Formats: sequence, C-alpha cells, structure tokens
Amino acid sequence: MGEKTSIVLTGVGGQGVITAANILGKATINAKKHVYVSEIHGMAQRGGSVSCTVRIGNVFGSLVANGSADAILSTEPIEALRYIKYANKKTKIITDINLMIPFTVSVGMETYPDVEKVFNELKSHAELYKIDALEIAKNAGAIITKNIVLLGALAASDVLPFKSEVLLQTILDNVPPKFKEINKKAFDGGVKAIMKH
Amino acid sequence: MEIIESRPEKTILLLGNEAITRGALEAGVDVATTYPGTPSSEIADTFSIIAKYLKKKGDKPSFYFEYSTNEKVALEFAAAASFAGLRSLTCMKHVGLNVASDVFMTYLYVGCKGGHVIISADDPSCHSSQNEQDNRYFGLFGNAPTLEPTTPQEAKEMTRISFEISEELKLPILLRTTTRLNHARGPVKLLNPRKPKGKGYFEKDPMLVPVPSVARAKHPVLLKAIKQAEKISDESPFNEIIDSNKPTTTGIVTSGVSFNYVREAIDDLNINVKILKIGMTHPLPRKLCEKLIKSCKKIIIVEELEPILENQFKAIAYDNRSDVEIYGKSTGHFSRLYEYTPDIVTGVLSKIFDVKNPFSKHIEPKLKLPSRPPALCPGCPHRATYFAAKKASPKGTVYPTDIGCYTLGKAPPLEMADLLLCMGSNAGMACGLAVATDQKIISFMGDSTFFHSGIPPIIDAVHHNHDVVITVLDNRTTAMTGHQPHPGTEYDGMGRPAKSIKVEDVVKGLGVEDVKVTDPNNIKKTTEIFKQALDFKGPSVVVSKSPCILLENRAKRKAGSTIPVYVIDQEKCKQCKLCISGFGCPAFYFADDDSIHIDEQQCNGCGNCVQICAFEAISVKKGGE
Repeated sequence: MGEKTSIVLTGVGGQGVITAANILGKATINAKKHVYVSEIHGMAQRGGSVSCTVRIGNVFGSLVANGSADAILSTEPIEALRYIKYANKKTKIITDINLMIPFTVSVGMETYPDVEKVFNELKSHAELYKIDALEIAKNAGAIITKNIVLLGALAASDVLPFKSEVLLQTILDNVPPKFKEINKKAFDGGVKAIMKH
Repeated sequence: MEIIESRPEKTILLLGNEAITRGALEAGVDVATTYPGTPSSEIADTFSIIAKYLKKKGDKPSFYFEYSTNEKVALEFAAAASFAGLRSLTCMKHVGLNVASDVFMTYLYVGCKGGHVIISADDPSCHSSQNEQDNRYFGLFGNAPTLEPTTPQEAKEMTRISFEISEELKLPILLRTTTRLNHARGPVKLLNPRKPKGKGYFEKDPMLVPVPSVARAKHPVLLKAIKQAEKISDESPFNEIIDSNKPTTTGIVTSGVSFNYVREAIDDLNINVKILKIGMTHPLPRKLCEKLIKSCKKIIIVEELEPILENQFKAIAYDNRSDVEIYGKSTGHFSRLYEYTPDIVTGVLSKIFDVKNPFSKHIEPKLKLPSRPPALCPGCPHRATYFAAKKASPKGTVYPTDIGCYTLGKAPPLEMADLLLCMGSNAGMACGLAVATDQKIISFMGDSTFFHSGIPPIIDAVHHNHDVVITVLDNRTTAMTGHQPHPGTEYDGMGRPAKSIKVEDVVKGLGVEDVKVTDPNNIKKTTEIFKQALDFKGPSVVVSKSPCILLENRAKRKAGSTIPVYVIDQEKCKQCKLCISGFGCPAFYFADDDSIHIDEQQCNGCGNCVQICAFEAISVKKGGE
C-alpha cells in the first residue's frame, strides 16, 4: 500500500464543480502523480446537487469510501453537509458561506435550515473552514471564479501531495489569456482566506 | 488540442469517454455515428470537437462523424461503412441500443467487414436514465463479443483492440461501459494513430441479404464465430488471474468498475484471494474460468446489476462436476440493484471473510436538508410553454411527456409530466389515451426527440384522426445531453452547414391540418393557441419555438451584449406568489421577512415573469447585468 489522498468536491450544477475537479486532476498529472476523477454529467447539471471526487496516489478507482475524504470542498453550505458521510474527524471541510436556495425551498415545499446550525453540525464532524468565496471571486473580477477561490483554499490547506504552484500553473494554462489575471487573484484570495483561519 | 496533438507515449488525463474516442483514432477509425445520450455523449462530442477544431485550422479530419437521426440510423449507417471495408464506431446510451436492436440482432448474423465497435453506455443507479437495464444481456442475446473496461486507460486500449477482434471474427463488438467509467478521468498513455482508409468499396455478395435461406445459413456461422471468440477470450490480455500462485482456495471474479473496488478492498481488508479479472465478458474465457474453479473451494462474484457472470460460472462449475461454493447475488450477498461503491464491496467482502470493515458507518446529517433535484433552468422557454398550456387546459387534462429537459416539468409547481416510457412515447401514448378516456390530452416532446422517433405516432394520429394536442418544444438543440445539433439545426456535428428541417413543414407534410407555431415567450398568445388546439376535433400540433436560453445567452455574451436582470418592486408586489407557486422560476426566492426577490446570480433575463405578474411589480434592473 502507499499514500492515498481523497478529495470530494460538491455544490450545485452550474457552479463550476466539475471544472474544478478536472483542473485538480490535470494538476495531479502535471505533478507526475497517479489520479482518478469522477464526475457527474447530464441531468444533475441542471441546478441539481453535484458531487465529484478526486483520488490521488495508490488508488484503483475514482470513488471515495465513507469516512475517508481528506478534504471536502463545497460551493454551498448544505451541499457540504449533504456529503458528510465522506468525512472523518481529520477531514478538512472548506465551504463557501453563500447560500443557493433550491427550488424546493423557493416554492415552499421544504425549508432551508438555519445556516449557523449547518456550520455547527459540520464542525461536530470535521475541521471546518468557512470562506466567503463569492465575495473573493467578485473582488477578483468575476463571480464564476468562485471554484478557483476554493481550489486556492484547498492548496493552502496542506491536503494536496504536491506543490500549490503546480495547481495554480495548471489553472492558468487552462484559461484564456485575458482571464489569467482574474483567476490568479481568485486563487490567491482563496489561499489568503485559509491563512487567516 | 491535447487529445490529438500530444506526442505518442505521452500520458494525459482523459475522461473515459474521451479515451474511447482516442482509442478509435489510434485504430484508424473512418466513420463514427451516434445519437447523443448520457452517459455516452462525450464519446461523440469529442469527435465533433476534433472535427470542428481541424476545420477551423483549415485541416481535414481523418474521419467522418455524424449525429444521426436516432440510434437505429446511426448503427445502420456505420454498418454500411463496415460492409464497404471501413473501420466504424457507433456509440449510444444503454436504452439507445433498444432502438438500434432491430439492426443489432440481424447485423450479427450478416457479420461485418471493416472493424465495427458498438459502445453501449449503461447507467446503473439511473443517474440520467429511465431504467438501469444491463446491456451485457445484449451481448448474450445477439451473440456479440463483449468487452468491459475498468479504467480510461483500459477503455482506450479495449476500443483500439476491439477493431482488430472485430475484423478477425467478422463480427461487430459490443463495448459495454457504465457511468463510472464514462465519467471517470484517469491517466491514459497515447499510442501512434493508424492512418484511416478514407474510402472503401462495396463488394456485392448475396450473403449480405438475409432472406430466410441466407439467415438459416448464417446462424451456424455466427455460432462458430462465437466459439472462435472463446479462444480469443482465453488468450486476451484483458482476462487474467491476478495472484494466481497465491496459496489460497478463495477466488473473486469481477469485471468493469467493480474490479477497482475489489482491488482496493483486498488491500484495505488485508485478505488473501486471487482475482479473475474479466475484461472480455462474452464469450467468457472458459479455460481461465475452469482453472479458477478447479483451484478454489469458494468463489465470490462481484458484478453490478444482473448475475450474468454468476449464472455462467454456475453452469461451468456444473459442467466440471465441481462443488465449489459460489457467492454472489443468489446467496443474497450482493444486490441486483444500483451501482456498487467501495463501501458496498468492502462491506460485503468483510462479512464473507469475517474481518473488520475499516470504513466508518454511514453518517447521516442530523439537520433535515432540503432536496435539490435538477430543475428547468431560469429562463427556460419550456416553462413558459408549460405555464400557457396549463392555463389553457380544463381540469383532468393528461400530459404525456418525453425524454429530454422537459421531463423536469414534472416538478411542482408546473407538474406538467404525467406519463413517460421512452424516446417518442409522448405522442403514441397521447393517441392511446384519447381513445381509452374522455380526458383532454396535451403531449410534449422536444425537437430532437421529434426527429428521433416522434414522427410515426403523429402519422398514427392523422390516419386515425385521434383527438390529441401534440406539442413540439422546439428549442433548436438537443439540450439535456449537451447541446448537440439535430436535423432541425443549420449545422452538423462536423461544424458544416446543414439543411435545417422545420418541424412544422414535416408535420404539415404528414397531413396534420391543425398546425400552429408559437413563441412561448408570448405567454398570452401561446395560451390562446393551446385553447384553439384543444377545441379542434382531431390531431393538432403546436410547435412552441424558442431557443434554449443557455445557448441564447452564450451567443449574446459572445456578441458583447448584456443580459438583463429583473427585479421586484417591493411596493408594488402584493405577495400573490404566482411567480413562485405558479410559474416556479428557480431564480425567485422568499427572503427571511417573506418578501419575494429575484436572485441575480440565477436570473437568465428571459423577462417572462413580467408577463405573469398582475401587479406590474417586475421590471428590468437599471444598470445592466
């Protein structure tokens, strides 16, 4: 056996979760390590709950077993809690604090729980890092870079078995030239948000 | 473009589906066809992206690719290319093979010439499907040699080598994948692509016309070829006993992605077994299977869905007078339902081997979380059509629906999907309901679905004068599977200009007298049109035409124009809640004080809410996007 790193990325379809998982996979290849990524395509992309996994090192498949995630990266608070089965006490949960209200709540069929209670429950299971990824992305110049903010936060949280420069460089290699600066700012914003914790 | 421009021997990260495309390119594929369907879509989309990329660069792609009208046409097209000696590939989702099964079953009798790989992307757990059928049965049913990859790397190699096996056996090959392979990314080592033939030549041969005498002569040929395939299976590098010399009398037999879970579980549980990993699952490598059976007292079969390996293993054990114990689905250890996970496989193996499962028990959130099912996007023109049709309908109206984004109209508050079976089923069921009941019927299908299989039931409606309203939600694309073109679009899968076929022209040509075209974004007029269609005695077709908002907004952004955002004037809003509890646009939400707002992050700027608000409380936000 050898070292394994398992990362779960969750959020809402359309928030860049799949893109973030793909970039993380590419960065791992660039760091000359073995990797499998699982993605969800199709129906769930229409505003549904989305989860992707990235597994690095001595792994044979892309799916993560219960309680064995090293990090859970979420673009939305309840989506982090929805996938709490992957967490253990040492898991780092990094989540954006901004809510995305599901239509089941908008139409009054269901209720969105008190977000502080969501954070408390996350904290009771794992190490919680809350960041205002939306605000950081806005300041960087584009709200669609929220996923990049979260990748920056992941890079700063000591989970990845390779240098964060490799991840940043992979991001920059995969965006058009005119968006490089925005993405770099978003990534650095994510790094700083974790440093403050 | 990494997938075609990386040097051979380089390792790149590819999606399982992209790896299949790359494998076909390395085998020198000439013709690739499909009808899009999750989880298969990116195989074909990758051909499409490559063709368009090369066209832009002024290069000619080395292959011909098309999004065919449906899976049956796709398979017929590629089979013909194979008869002309070219290497062909056809990909589809599992239920697509039902559509193409008429071709498939007889194609195996006739046999192919150029290598032909047929990919069936199965969807255990129904992530994006109406059932979770196990298409390995099609391999057994039609006697098609069947391969099942476990990783993207293996998917690429199996695709490449399947062309060779196909040519050796003169049979098309079924490459059966599952969602967790199609949508898994992994490292793939590239090889040098073979040069395609370009053009073939059709040699006439009376044995290519399976009249009864030919079919009777061809059936034994097929059985002989499958016997020959057994030899290939026995020698295949994709079939192997791992740790065959381990001093153990327990074996695990597994295929597809289940192998990955087994492989990690034996490390995590520290158990002593040998594994028979089967990549070519039809015909089974009989000698290898017998070798395992003879060396084991206990065999555990790990395969998702149907007990296909399990039943065959029991038969082989019987033939060998073996009393080996076989654990699997029939012993209640594994389920025939849904996809497997590392937890399921590790859990079952820990019980069988009586060792501790290292993974924690499933923790459930204590707080009750609201569900987040997929929904029609904010700004989706289908929402406007549904709202109008519902307004026009008397109580008790039945809404048969079809496969595509519009199944999402099932959700409250619209609840505009009452019955669904398969592609094109809306209109056939509309006709049946019109005869079986006195209820009013309005059915719905998309434009791509109309061309795929929606036309024959309309002919039925015209010929028998069934009193139905059939709606074609014409958003100018195949939206749900990733915006692929179809016969109604002005370009094809290779990015070339194509003849656009208008839905209304086809319908008129079928003899429908009451054909109406409407822009659903005019809700009042569309409601009126549905009322008229309901009043018409006999079949009516409403073509509700407006492009997918995602494509429209993408085009607007590209052109540099801004997408408006709408806001609610809180002084004018009377809290009637029609925008939320009637229209159901996901961009609307209640604030803590129960006032209603529009989420700027979600609003796609269609403005249809302005039309439904009786108090003129909604308007464009000043100052742009």
